[in-house]
Amino acid sequence: MTDRPDSAPSGQPDAKAAGVVDEVGVLLLAIGQSKDMAAFEALFRQYGPRLRAFMLKRTADPALAEELMQEAMTNIWNRAASFDPARGSASAWIFTLARNTSIDLFRRRKRPEMDLSDPALMPEAEEAADRMIEARQSAAAVRAAMRDLPPEQLEILKLSFFEEVPHSAIAEKLGLPLGTVKSRIRMAFGRLRTALGEQS
Amino acid sequence: MSVTHHISGELLADYASGAMDEGWSLAVATHLSMCPECRRRLVAIEAAAGVMLEDMDGAPAASTDEASWAALKARLEAAPAAVAVKAAAVPRMPGGIPAPLSDYIGSDYSTLKWKALGLGAYQIPIEIGDRTVQARLLRIPAGKPVPEHSHGGRELTLVLKGAFRDGELVFGPGDLEETDDSVQHQPVATPDEDCICLAITDAPLRFKSRIMRLIQPIVGI
Repeated sequence: MTDRPDSAPSGQPDAKAAGVVDEVGVLLLAIGQSKDMAAFEALFRQYGPRLRAFMLKRTADPALAEELMQEAMTNIWNRAASFDPARGSASAWIFTLARNTSIDLFRRRKRPEMDLSDPALMPEAEEAADRMIEARQSAAAVRAAMRDLPPEQLEILKLSFFEEVPHSAIAEKLGLPLGTVKSRIRMAFGRLRTALGEQS
Repeated sequence: MSVTHHISGELLADYASGAMDEGWSLAVATHLSMCPECRRRLVAIEAAAGVMLEDMDGAPAASTDEASWAALKARLEAAPAAVAVKAAAVPRMPGGIPAPLSDYIGSDYSTLKWKALGLGAYQIPIEIGDRTVQARLLRIPAGKPVPEHSHGGRELTLVLKGAFRDGELVFGPGDLEETDDSVQHQPVATPDEDCICLAITDAPLRFKSRIMRLIQPIVGI
Protein backbone atom coordinates (compact mmCIF):
# COMPACT_ATOMS: atom_id res chain seq x y z
CA MET A 1 0.00 0.00 0.00
CA THR A 2 1.37 3.40 -0.94
CA ASP A 3 -1.41 5.55 0.42
CA ARG A 4 -1.07 4.70 4.08
CA PRO A 5 -1.47 7.79 6.22
CA ASP A 6 1.72 8.95 7.84
CA SER A 7 0.10 11.33 10.24
CA ALA A 8 -2.65 10.89 12.77
CA PRO A 9 -6.05 11.75 11.39
CA SER A 10 -7.47 15.10 12.32
CA GLY A 11 -10.43 14.97 14.61
CA GLN A 12 -12.05 16.86 17.39
CA PRO A 13 -9.22 17.91 19.66
CA ASP A 14 -11.53 20.11 21.72
CA ALA A 15 -13.95 17.34 22.50
CA LYS A 16 -11.05 15.02 23.19
CA ALA A 17 -9.27 17.51 25.43
CA ALA A 18 -12.47 17.92 27.42
CA GLY A 19 -12.37 14.16 27.98
CA VAL A 20 -15.84 13.72 26.53
CA VAL A 21 -14.85 11.48 23.65
CA ASP A 22 -12.30 8.68 23.56
CA GLU A 23 -9.83 7.97 20.73
CA VAL A 24 -12.28 5.88 18.76
CA GLY A 25 -15.00 8.48 19.25
CA VAL A 26 -12.67 11.09 17.74
CA LEU A 27 -12.19 8.86 14.69
CA LEU A 28 -15.96 8.40 14.31
CA LEU A 29 -16.57 12.15 14.56
CA ALA A 30 -13.91 12.81 11.90
CA ILE A 31 -15.50 10.24 9.58
CA GLY A 32 -18.99 11.61 10.24
CA GLN A 33 -18.05 15.24 9.76
CA SER A 34 -15.60 15.13 6.86
CA LYS A 35 -15.47 11.58 5.48
CA ASP A 36 -11.90 11.40 6.72
CA MET A 37 -10.39 8.32 5.02
CA ALA A 38 -7.30 8.32 7.23
CA ALA A 39 -9.53 8.20 10.30
CA PHE A 40 -11.49 5.39 8.71
CA GLU A 41 -8.35 3.40 8.02
CA ALA A 42 -7.23 3.87 11.63
CA LEU A 43 -10.64 2.64 12.75
CA PHE A 44 -10.40 -0.35 10.43
CA ARG A 45 -6.94 -1.29 11.79
CA GLN A 46 -8.40 -1.29 15.28
CA TYR A 47 -11.90 -2.68 14.77
CA GLY A 48 -11.82 -4.65 11.50
CA PRO A 49 -10.23 -7.74 13.06
CA ARG A 50 -12.51 -7.52 16.10
CA LEU A 51 -15.63 -7.18 14.00
CA ARG A 52 -14.46 -10.13 11.91
CA ALA A 53 -14.07 -12.16 15.13
CA PHE A 54 -17.52 -10.98 16.27
CA MET A 55 -19.11 -12.05 12.98
CA LEU A 56 -17.23 -15.35 13.06
CA LYS A 57 -18.73 -16.14 16.47
CA ARG A 58 -22.20 -15.49 15.08
CA THR A 59 -21.84 -17.27 11.74
CA ALA A 60 -19.08 -19.86 12.26
CA ASP A 61 -18.19 -19.22 8.60
CA PRO A 62 -14.92 -17.35 7.88
CA ALA A 63 -15.87 -16.15 4.39
CA LEU A 64 -19.26 -14.91 5.58
CA ALA A 65 -17.64 -13.31 8.62
CA GLU A 66 -15.27 -11.35 6.34
CA GLU A 67 -18.20 -10.23 4.18
CA LEU A 68 -20.28 -9.16 7.20
CA MET A 69 -17.30 -7.34 8.71
CA GLN A 70 -16.87 -5.40 5.45
CA GLU A 71 -20.59 -4.65 5.41
CA ALA A 72 -20.47 -3.45 9.04
CA MET A 73 -17.44 -1.23 8.27
CA THR A 74 -19.30 0.19 5.24
CA ASN A 75 -22.28 0.97 7.48
CA ILE A 76 -19.93 2.70 9.93
CA TRP A 77 -18.55 4.82 7.07
CA ASN A 78 -22.03 5.75 5.86
CA ARG A 79 -23.61 6.40 9.24
CA ALA A 80 -20.80 7.85 11.32
CA ALA A 81 -22.55 11.24 11.25
CA SER A 82 -25.24 9.77 13.50
CA PHE A 83 -22.73 8.88 16.24
CA ASP A 84 -23.57 11.10 19.20
CA PRO A 85 -21.11 10.94 22.10
CA ALA A 86 -23.83 12.22 24.43
CA ARG A 87 -25.78 9.01 23.92
CA GLY A 88 -23.11 6.45 24.59
CA SER A 89 -19.57 5.27 24.00
CA ALA A 90 -17.97 4.81 20.58
CA SER A 91 -17.43 1.08 21.09
CA ALA A 92 -21.10 0.68 22.09
CA TRP A 93 -22.15 2.49 18.90
CA ILE A 94 -19.91 0.23 16.81
CA PHE A 95 -21.35 -2.80 18.58
CA THR A 96 -24.94 -1.77 17.79
CA LEU A 97 -24.10 -1.26 14.11
CA ALA A 98 -22.37 -4.65 13.90
CA ARG A 99 -25.26 -6.32 15.71
CA ASN A 100 -27.80 -4.77 13.33
CA THR A 101 -25.71 -5.74 10.30
CA SER A 102 -25.68 -9.36 11.44
CA ILE A 103 -29.45 -9.32 12.12
CA ASP A 104 -30.25 -7.76 8.71
CA LEU A 105 -27.95 -9.86 6.55
CA PHE A 106 -27.40 -13.09 8.48
CA ARG A 107 -30.55 -13.59 10.55
CA ARG A 108 -32.66 -11.75 7.97
CA ARG A 109 -35.27 -10.57 10.38
CA LYS A 110 -36.72 -7.29 11.53
CA ARG A 111 -35.64 -5.71 14.76
CA PRO A 112 -38.17 -3.16 16.05
CA GLU A 113 -36.35 -0.15 17.49
CA MET A 114 -37.42 2.94 19.33
CA ASP A 115 -36.91 6.28 17.63
CA LEU A 116 -35.47 9.02 19.82
CA SER A 117 -37.00 11.68 17.53
CA ASP A 118 -40.51 10.21 17.83
CA PRO A 119 -42.87 12.94 19.17
CA ALA A 120 -44.74 10.20 21.07
CA LEU A 121 -41.56 9.20 22.95
CA MET A 122 -41.68 9.79 26.69
CA PRO A 123 -38.72 12.09 27.21
CA GLU A 124 -36.02 12.08 29.82
CA ALA A 125 -36.49 14.74 32.47
CA GLU A 126 -32.88 15.96 32.78
CA GLU A 127 -31.13 18.58 30.70
CA ALA A 128 -29.24 17.43 27.61
CA ALA A 129 -26.01 18.95 28.98
CA ASP A 130 -26.21 16.81 32.10
CA ARG A 131 -26.70 13.73 29.96
CA MET A 132 -23.50 14.49 28.05
CA ILE A 133 -21.52 14.24 31.27
CA GLU A 134 -23.57 11.29 32.41
CA ALA A 135 -22.85 9.32 29.23
CA ARG A 136 -19.12 9.83 29.66
CA GLN A 137 -19.24 8.83 33.31
CA SER A 138 -21.44 5.87 32.46
CA ALA A 139 -18.97 4.55 29.90
CA ALA A 140 -16.12 4.88 32.41
CA ALA A 141 -18.18 3.30 35.17
CA VAL A 142 -19.20 0.39 32.94
CA ARG A 143 -15.60 -0.16 31.85
CA ALA A 144 -14.45 -0.20 35.48
CA ALA A 145 -17.27 -2.55 36.48
CA MET A 146 -16.42 -4.91 33.61
CA ARG A 147 -12.79 -5.02 34.70
CA ASP A 148 -13.90 -5.95 38.20
CA LEU A 149 -16.26 -8.72 37.13
CA PRO A 150 -15.23 -12.18 38.33
CA PRO A 151 -13.92 -14.16 35.32
CA GLU A 152 -16.73 -16.74 35.53
CA GLN A 153 -19.35 -13.98 35.20
CA LEU A 154 -17.51 -12.29 32.33
CA GLU A 155 -17.16 -15.59 30.47
CA ILE A 156 -20.90 -16.27 30.63
CA LEU A 157 -21.69 -12.70 29.62
CA LYS A 158 -19.47 -13.07 26.54
CA LEU A 159 -20.98 -16.42 25.58
CA SER A 160 -24.54 -15.19 25.85
CA PHE A 161 -23.81 -11.86 24.20
CA PHE A 162 -21.48 -12.59 21.36
CA GLU A 163 -22.18 -16.17 20.52
CA GLU A 164 -25.89 -15.88 21.27
CA VAL A 165 -25.66 -19.20 23.06
CA PRO A 166 -28.91 -19.91 24.93
CA HIS A 167 -28.54 -20.09 28.69
CA SER A 168 -29.34 -23.82 28.69
CA ALA A 169 -26.50 -24.49 26.21
CA ILE A 170 -24.07 -22.38 28.27
CA ALA A 171 -24.99 -24.47 31.31
CA GLU A 172 -24.30 -27.66 29.37
CA LYS A 173 -21.04 -26.38 27.91
CA LEU A 174 -19.68 -25.30 31.30
CA GLY A 175 -21.19 -28.23 33.21
CA LEU A 176 -23.17 -25.89 35.46
CA PRO A 177 -26.79 -25.97 36.61
CA LEU A 178 -29.02 -23.64 34.58
CA GLY A 179 -29.89 -21.72 37.73
CA THR A 180 -26.20 -20.94 38.31
CA VAL A 181 -25.80 -19.58 34.78
CA LYS A 182 -28.86 -17.38 35.16
CA SER A 183 -27.80 -16.10 38.56
CA ARG A 184 -24.28 -15.26 37.27
CA ILE A 185 -25.80 -13.24 34.43
CA ARG A 186 -28.09 -11.51 36.89
CA MET A 187 -25.17 -10.76 39.21
CA ALA A 188 -23.08 -9.41 36.35
CA PHE A 189 -25.82 -7.02 35.24
CA GLY A 190 -26.50 -6.17 38.86
CA ARG A 191 -22.87 -5.04 39.23
CA LEU A 192 -23.13 -2.95 36.07
CA ARG A 193 -26.32 -1.37 37.31
CA THR A 194 -24.79 -0.63 40.69
CA ALA A 195 -21.81 0.98 38.97
CA LEU A 196 -24.20 3.23 37.06
CA GLY A 197 -26.61 3.82 39.91
CA GLU A 198 -23.88 5.21 42.11
CA GLN A 199 -23.32 8.19 39.89
CA SER A 200 -26.86 9.05 38.81
CA MET B 1 -47.25 8.94 36.09
CA SER B 2 -43.98 7.17 35.61
CA VAL B 3 -43.41 3.57 34.69
CA THR B 4 -43.12 1.19 37.65
CA HIS B 5 -43.00 -2.25 35.98
CA HIS B 6 -39.88 -2.56 33.83
CA ILE B 7 -38.26 -5.03 31.47
CA SER B 8 -36.38 -7.81 33.26
CA GLY B 9 -32.60 -7.76 32.89
CA GLU B 10 -32.71 -11.05 31.01
CA LEU B 11 -35.10 -9.74 28.35
CA LEU B 12 -33.25 -6.46 28.00
CA ALA B 13 -29.97 -8.34 27.52
CA ASP B 14 -31.54 -10.57 24.85
CA TYR B 15 -32.85 -7.49 23.08
CA ALA B 16 -29.47 -5.73 23.31
CA SER B 17 -27.51 -8.72 22.03
CA GLY B 18 -29.83 -9.15 19.06
CA ALA B 19 -30.87 -12.67 20.08
CA MET B 20 -34.53 -11.74 20.54
CA ASP B 21 -37.10 -12.40 17.82
CA GLU B 22 -39.23 -9.72 16.19
CA GLY B 23 -42.45 -10.18 18.21
CA TRP B 24 -40.87 -9.92 21.67
CA SER B 25 -38.62 -7.13 20.46
CA LEU B 26 -41.72 -5.15 19.46
CA ALA B 27 -42.94 -5.11 23.08
CA VAL B 28 -39.46 -4.36 24.47
CA ALA B 29 -38.76 -1.55 21.99
CA THR B 30 -42.20 0.02 22.55
CA HIS B 31 -41.63 -0.12 26.32
CA LEU B 32 -38.26 1.60 25.74
CA SER B 33 -40.09 4.42 23.92
CA MET B 34 -42.21 4.91 27.02
CA CYS B 35 -39.54 4.42 29.70
CA PRO B 36 -36.47 6.69 30.06
CA GLU B 37 -35.15 4.52 32.90
CA CYS B 38 -34.95 1.39 30.73
CA ARG B 39 -33.36 3.44 27.95
CA ARG B 40 -30.56 4.24 30.41
CA ARG B 41 -30.30 0.55 31.33
CA LEU B 42 -30.01 -0.31 27.64
CA VAL B 43 -27.22 2.26 27.22
CA ALA B 44 -25.37 0.52 30.08
CA ILE B 45 -25.76 -2.93 28.55
CA GLU B 46 -24.66 -1.69 25.12
CA ALA B 47 -21.68 0.03 26.77
CA ALA B 48 -20.79 -3.33 28.35
CA ALA B 49 -21.07 -4.98 24.92
CA GLY B 50 -18.80 -2.25 23.54
CA VAL B 51 -16.18 -3.00 26.21
CA MET B 52 -16.38 -6.73 25.37
CA LEU B 53 -15.87 -5.83 21.70
CA GLU B 54 -12.82 -3.69 22.61
CA ASP B 55 -11.35 -6.61 24.53
CA MET B 56 -12.00 -9.14 21.81
CA ASP B 57 -9.03 -10.75 20.06
CA GLY B 58 -9.22 -10.27 16.33
CA ALA B 59 -9.71 -13.29 14.12
CA PRO B 60 -7.11 -13.71 11.38
CA ALA B 61 -8.39 -12.60 7.99
CA ALA B 62 -9.10 -15.11 5.26
CA SER B 63 -6.34 -13.39 3.29
CA THR B 64 -4.57 -10.57 5.10
CA ASP B 65 -5.68 -7.34 6.66
CA GLU B 66 -4.06 -5.45 3.77
CA ALA B 67 -6.16 -7.33 1.21
CA SER B 68 -9.17 -6.84 3.41
CA TRP B 69 -8.56 -3.10 3.65
CA ALA B 70 -8.04 -2.85 -0.11
CA ALA B 71 -11.34 -4.65 -0.71
CA LEU B 72 -13.14 -2.38 1.74
CA LYS B 73 -11.72 0.77 0.17
CA ALA B 74 -12.68 -0.44 -3.29
CA ARG B 75 -16.19 -1.08 -2.04
CA LEU B 76 -16.52 2.45 -0.66
CA GLU B 77 -15.19 3.98 -3.87
CA ALA B 78 -17.57 1.91 -5.99
CA ALA B 79 -20.65 2.96 -4.02
CA PRO B 80 -19.96 6.33 -2.44
CA ALA B 81 -22.09 7.79 0.33
CA ALA B 82 -25.28 5.80 0.25
CA VAL B 83 -26.70 7.77 3.13
CA ALA B 84 -30.38 7.37 2.60
CA VAL B 85 -32.12 8.46 5.75
CA LYS B 86 -34.91 5.98 6.18
CA ALA B 87 -38.24 7.75 6.42
CA ALA B 88 -40.67 6.60 9.07
CA ALA B 89 -43.17 4.08 7.69
CA VAL B 90 -46.07 6.19 9.00
CA PRO B 91 -46.33 9.77 10.22
CA ARG B 92 -45.66 10.06 13.94
CA MET B 93 -47.59 12.29 16.31
CA PRO B 94 -47.34 13.64 19.86
CA GLY B 95 -49.46 11.59 22.24
CA GLY B 96 -49.90 8.95 19.55
CA ILE B 97 -48.88 5.32 19.42
CA PRO B 98 -45.12 5.25 19.96
CA ALA B 99 -42.63 3.93 17.43
CA PRO B 100 -41.85 1.17 16.76
CA LEU B 101 -45.43 -0.04 17.26
CA SER B 102 -46.72 2.77 15.03
CA ASP B 103 -44.74 1.26 12.14
CA TYR B 104 -47.10 -1.73 12.33
CA ILE B 105 -50.51 -0.18 13.11
CA GLY B 106 -50.19 3.58 12.56
CA SER B 107 -49.77 6.24 15.21
CA ASP B 108 -53.37 7.43 15.66
CA TYR B 109 -55.43 5.72 18.37
CA SER B 110 -58.65 7.18 16.95
CA THR B 111 -58.39 5.42 13.58
CA LEU B 112 -57.61 1.90 14.79
CA LYS B 113 -59.79 -0.83 13.26
CA TRP B 114 -60.91 -2.87 16.24
CA LYS B 115 -62.41 -6.34 15.92
CA ALA B 116 -64.87 -7.63 18.51
CA LEU B 117 -63.43 -10.37 20.66
CA GLY B 118 -66.51 -11.09 22.78
CA LEU B 119 -67.34 -10.05 26.34
CA GLY B 120 -66.93 -6.39 25.37
CA ALA B 121 -63.26 -6.75 24.52
CA TYR B 122 -61.68 -5.90 21.17
CA GLN B 123 -58.46 -6.82 19.45
CA ILE B 124 -56.30 -5.98 16.46
CA PRO B 125 -54.01 -8.79 15.29
CA ILE B 126 -50.59 -7.43 14.32
CA GLU B 127 -48.79 -9.05 11.46
CA ILE B 128 -45.17 -9.82 12.18
CA GLY B 129 -42.62 -11.80 10.21
CA ASP B 130 -42.05 -14.11 13.11
CA ARG B 131 -44.45 -17.09 13.08
CA THR B 132 -43.56 -18.43 16.50
CA VAL B 133 -45.32 -15.67 18.40
CA GLN B 134 -48.62 -13.82 18.20
CA ALA B 135 -48.84 -10.07 18.58
CA ARG B 136 -52.06 -8.18 19.11
CA LEU B 137 -53.49 -5.00 20.47
CA LEU B 138 -56.18 -5.61 23.11
CA ARG B 139 -58.85 -3.21 24.33
CA ILE B 140 -60.45 -4.21 27.62
CA PRO B 141 -63.57 -2.26 28.64
CA ALA B 142 -63.23 -0.11 31.78
CA GLY B 143 -63.79 -2.16 34.90
CA LYS B 144 -64.03 -5.46 33.00
CA PRO B 145 -61.74 -8.47 33.25
CA VAL B 146 -59.69 -10.10 30.57
CA PRO B 147 -61.12 -13.65 30.63
CA GLU B 148 -59.09 -15.71 33.09
CA HIS B 149 -56.38 -17.69 31.35
CA SER B 150 -53.01 -19.28 31.80
CA HIS B 151 -50.37 -19.43 29.12
CA GLY B 152 -48.77 -22.12 27.06
CA GLY B 153 -45.60 -20.08 27.35
CA ARG B 154 -44.39 -16.55 27.91
CA GLU B 155 -46.60 -13.49 27.62
CA LEU B 156 -45.56 -9.85 27.54
CA THR B 157 -48.29 -7.28 28.09
CA LEU B 158 -47.47 -3.61 27.65
CA VAL B 159 -50.05 -1.02 28.72
CA LEU B 160 -50.42 1.82 26.22
CA LYS B 161 -53.49 3.58 27.63
CA GLY B 162 -55.56 3.17 30.78
CA ALA B 163 -54.54 0.58 33.34
CA PHE B 164 -55.28 -2.92 34.57
CA ARG B 165 -55.03 -4.57 37.93
CA ASP B 166 -53.62 -8.08 38.22
CA GLY B 167 -53.98 -9.34 41.78
CA GLU B 168 -52.23 -6.80 43.98
CA LEU B 169 -50.42 -5.04 41.17
CA VAL B 170 -51.60 -2.16 38.98
CA PHE B 171 -50.14 -1.70 35.51
CA GLY B 172 -50.42 1.77 33.93
CA PRO B 173 -49.12 3.32 30.70
CA GLY B 174 -45.66 2.05 29.84
CA ASP B 175 -45.78 -0.77 32.39
CA LEU B 176 -44.75 -4.18 31.13
CA GLU B 177 -46.06 -7.40 32.66
CA GLU B 178 -44.09 -10.56 32.02
CA THR B 179 -45.85 -13.85 32.80
CA ASP B 180 -45.26 -17.50 31.98
CA ASP B 181 -47.16 -20.78 32.04
CA SER B 182 -46.92 -21.10 35.81
CA VAL B 183 -49.30 -18.17 36.21
CA GLN B 184 -53.07 -18.36 36.21
CA HIS B 185 -54.14 -14.76 36.32
CA GLN B 186 -57.06 -12.45 35.75
CA PRO B 187 -56.18 -8.90 34.81
CA VAL B 188 -59.05 -6.40 35.24
CA ALA B 189 -59.16 -3.01 33.55
CA THR B 190 -59.39 -0.19 36.08
CA PRO B 191 -62.82 1.51 36.19
CA ASP B 192 -61.91 4.96 34.83
CA GLU B 193 -61.22 4.14 31.17
CA ASP B 194 -60.77 1.33 28.67
CA CYS B 195 -57.35 -0.28 28.80
CA ILE B 196 -55.39 -0.64 25.56
CA CYS B 197 -52.39 -2.93 25.65
CA LEU B 198 -49.98 -4.71 23.37
CA ALA B 199 -49.92 -8.44 24.08
CA ILE B 200 -47.26 -10.80 22.79
CA THR B 201 -47.68 -14.53 23.37
CA ASP B 202 -45.73 -17.50 22.11
CA ALA B 203 -48.57 -19.97 22.15
CA PRO B 204 -52.37 -19.85 21.99
CA LEU B 205 -53.88 -18.91 25.34
CA ARG B 206 -55.62 -21.62 27.39
CA PHE B 207 -58.86 -20.37 28.82
CA LYS B 208 -60.33 -21.84 31.98
CA SER B 209 -63.90 -21.41 30.83
CA ARG B 210 -65.31 -24.00 28.48
CA ILE B 211 -67.17 -21.38 26.46
CA MET B 212 -64.02 -19.33 25.95
CA ARG B 213 -62.19 -22.51 24.87
CA LEU B 214 -64.97 -23.17 22.36
CA ILE B 215 -64.89 -19.71 20.80
CA GLN B 216 -61.09 -19.41 21.02
CA PRO B 217 -60.41 -20.88 17.55
CA ILE B 218 -63.21 -18.78 16.07
CA VAL B 219 -62.09 -15.39 17.38
CA GLY B 220 -58.45 -16.31 17.04
CA ILE B 221 -57.05 -15.52 20.46
